[in-house]
Amino acid sequence: MKGKVIVRLKPEVSDPQGMTIQQTVAKLGFGGVKKVRAGKCFEIELDAPDRRSAEKLLNGLCDRILANPIIEDYTFEIEE
Amino acid sequence: MKAAVVVFPGANCDEDTRWALEQVCGVPTQMVWYREPVPEDADLILLPGGFSYGDYLRAGALARFAPAMESVRQAAERGRLVLGICNGFQILVEAHLLPGVLLRNACLQFLCKDVWMKTVRTDTPFTRGLPEVVQMPIAHGMGNYFIDPDGLKALQDNGQIVFQYCDRAGRVTPEANPNGSVANIAGIINRAGNVLGMMPHPERASEDALGSHDGRLLFESAIEALARV
Repeated sequence: MKGKVIVRLKPEVSDPQGMTIQQTVAKLGFGGVKKVRAGKCFEIELDAPDRRSAEKLLNGLCDRILANPIIEDYTFEIEE
Repeated sequence: MKAAVVVFPGANCDEDTRWALEQVCGVPTQMVWYREPVPEDADLILLPGGFSYGDYLRAGALARFAPAMESVRQAAERGRLVLGICNGFQILVEAHLLPGVLLRNACLQFLCKDVWMKTVRTDTPFTRGLPEVVQMPIAHGMGNYFIDPDGLKALQDNGQIVFQYCDRAGRVTPEANPNGSVANIAGIINRAGNVLGMMPHPERASEDALGSHDGRLLFESAIEALARV
């Protein structure tokens, strides 16, 4: 199984990286880009017997290390 | 008394910190490799600046799980003095030994320059004898201290804000905030008052030849506090 984890800054946390990307693409002429928020994506190969244990594994991984709950939220998808 | 400097892979201020403690302040200092526990008889533990684990994932996020950190946690619980400088501060917040987190600088640039700080608390073991305004250098890309409004209120109510970025005259203004930190926070202490984290580098301001000796005053304050115990 494969897990794809997305970690995002919480909406109330400012994202200078995303703002700078937005400003830069606007200068390049991409006028339709109103806002950019940068995040992280992790592709993880899992050794798990079933979907439920894969979810448990990914939740544990995200809570303990991949995301900092003070500033970040996470979501994930599992591919079988 | 004895000091210990924890050396993480990617640290780069460990030797400067040892120099300030040993050569400038005369304190026997042991370098502790991150895979080893900090000796139990270390009175003052330093987590130095640098880029532990290449700042991968988030600054300090991986160093937090280094074997040495469990002994740092235990030492903090026993009341030993722990000082995290720059990356050391980032490790302390990731390890939940201090609240909040350090984000990328609001300006996005790596900042390497002298700053002024207001010494908000002069009654901690680290800051007795410090002037109201001190000068030390910063050198960081992720020094933007963040905490939610409830957390900030708790810091203020408990007197945990030790240093705030200010101008030369000691005014805490938005213009004097180099990196976007909430409430101009440059350094905070835990509620028990024995774990301090700060972004500026006292070890780089420990001799007049370096432009400031305000950092030395901080180390001397800790040494004196330990001598009184």
